[in-house]
Amino acid sequence: MSISLEGVNKHFGQFQALKDISLDIPDGQLTGLLGPSGSGKTTLLRIIAGLESAEHGRILFHGKDVTRLHVRERRVGFVFQHYALFRHMTVAQNIAFGLEVLPRAQRPPAAEIRRQVADLLEMVQLGHLSSRYPAQLSGGQKQRIALARALAMKPEILLLDEPFGALDAKVRKDLRRWLRALHDELHFTSVFVTHDQEEALELSDRVVVMSAGKIEQVGGPQALYAEPESRFVFDFLGHVNVLGGSLEQQRLSQGDAWVQMPEGVDCAGEMQLYLRPHEVRLQNCPVLHAHLPLRIESISLIGAEVRLELTPCGWDAQQPWEVGISHVEFNRWQPQRGDRCYAVPDVGHLFGIEQTRPRTLNWVED
Amino acid sequence: MSRTQSTLRIGDQPWVKWSLIGLALTLTLLLLVIPLVLIFAQAFSAGPGSLWSNLTDTYTLAAIGLTLFVAALTVPLNLVFGVFLAWLVTRFEFPGRKVLITLIDIPFAVSPVVAGLLYLLLYGSNGWLGGWLADKDIQLMFAWPGIVMVTVFVTCPFVARELIPLMQQQGRDEEEAAVVLGASGWQLFRKVTLPNIQWALLYGVVLTNARAVGEFGAVSVVSGNIRGETNTLPLHVELLYQDYNVAGAFTSASLLACIALLTLLVKSFIEWRQARQRMPVSDQSDSI
Repeated sequence: MSISLEGVNKHFGQFQALKDISLDIPDGQLTGLLGPSGSGKTTLLRIIAGLESAEHGRILFHGKDVTRLHVRERRVGFVFQHYALFRHMTVAQNIAFGLEVLPRAQRPPAAEIRRQVADLLEMVQLGHLSSRYPAQLSGGQKQRIALARALAMKPEILLLDEPFGALDAKVRKDLRRWLRALHDELHFTSVFVTHDQEEALELSDRVVVMSAGKIEQVGGPQALYAEPESRFVFDFLGHVNVLGGSLEQQRLSQGDAWVQMPEGVDCAGEMQLYLRPHEVRLQNCPVLHAHLPLRIESISLIGAEVRLELTPCGWDAQQPWEVGISHVEFNRWQPQRGDRCYAVPDVGHLFGIEQTRPRTLNWVED
Repeated sequence: MSRTQSTLRIGDQPWVKWSLIGLALTLTLLLLVIPLVLIFAQAFSAGPGSLWSNLTDTYTLAAIGLTLFVAALTVPLNLVFGVFLAWLVTRFEFPGRKVLITLIDIPFAVSPVVAGLLYLLLYGSNGWLGGWLADKDIQLMFAWPGIVMVTVFVTCPFVARELIPLMQQQGRDEEEAAVVLGASGWQLFRKVTLPNIQWALLYGVVLTNARAVGEFGAVSVVSGNIRGETNTLPLHVELLYQDYNVAGAFTSASLLACIALLTLLVKSFIEWRQARQRMPVSDQSDSI
């Protein structure tokens, strides 16, 4: 079931939480709402569910206007950030709740409810916990029970509010993979809220990046990472190294640092060059087209690559620079903390001070 | 870690500890235990036969009946009112919400005698509303409706006061979850809200009942002390005492004391249950 939002606004007192949001969520996809706290992503999710009311605009499920429809009638599955399991009911009673409250005419017989609950428990792989109370479960178990409870009413839309927010890193990763598999198997339309860019990029078919009550960009994970349309998306999706300076005669310079622009860059004035950690190489000496002296501040060996944190020497950057190198290269080079090195950009993204869209530059001849 | 003899915590000197304990015990004995024992001793002083005749005295029985009748009306009224009020102030945002929470405490802050006088001024035959009511031949003051009214006023904060902090702490997540799952308003209340607040609610009811049975000040202003008609048990105790019927007075007083002891018992049981509810068993909580 597809979801459409048309011109949705929401105020909380003086604060405008959502500003004229229009969005189409296609049927059967897993969509992530990504943004920092206060960006309105949870409010948007709650408006889709009907837990908050939209001030203007319409909400359509599969083309049908549900704006005035009560939460109860919308029949969406909703998984709360803190699970919101009924603390006085057992796991089985929690899952059965959605079926038990159905009007008598639609309610399945007790034996059928028991069978469905058993099936759902099987699906979330927690059959052995059916008579436990929520307080006796771990975070990951609670999350899966909350999901089973939401799925009991066979919703065509599943909404998840920060589904993995309160879990530790290891459990989070397992559950993420499990949710993706479940979605691929059952094919409902899912929307989940997260502030974790890695989670959004890994889990979703499409990501909606939000900031300050507005949608910044909508796109597939790759497109968002490779072609961010704004500074905000650039900053928010992964680390970014910035050189701010003035561009004159095809050379962007600030203090001791400068970068020669490739052929064809003819603009001038105050500019910012954005570089992703993987778009930069490190060398012992500067090259012809760039002079970016840096000092190694810290070295992190955890993960697939070695991450170096660097501070500028003789120029300024608001955030320290971060560059990833392979373990092989690290072993060959063996850099130490405090060593001096030079950054060499391969690909970069140039923003004018007033510009919101970057111009992508390429120094590597192909 | 072992604690050496020399590292005493603050206040750990034995003489401080034991003199404080001694003081507390002496005060408890003088102020609480001895008076309580005396009530029963006095009630029994004239022998069990006299105790029985005092208990079965027409006016005493009438007072017991009226007291139970007032409590039986007051408790359900304040139960509904308290739940409604607590729901209102914890589940909705509206202007004046904070003021309302403060206003709930007025009956605690105002002396019951003052409350009784206010009702007398308003509903008495010379009062603003009382005159109009008297024309309609409705008498509230110096009759049981007046007693119920002031008792409701004096005891109305107990249930709401118990529920508000609990409902604030529990939040509305579970209720929202229930509605998303399709529960109607009544199903929501019966299956989710009520089970979550039941022990606090019962606690509030027990306190309301204790106070409704024992209320003296406000009731004495509006009752008119008509024996056999508008005399509640606490008023009856005073009347008997003023009649120099000490044994009778203490017999009725011992009844009130019994109710108090029973209340304490139920209260501790509920507190024990609440503590158990708040402290969940957390075995196996570290496996996924």
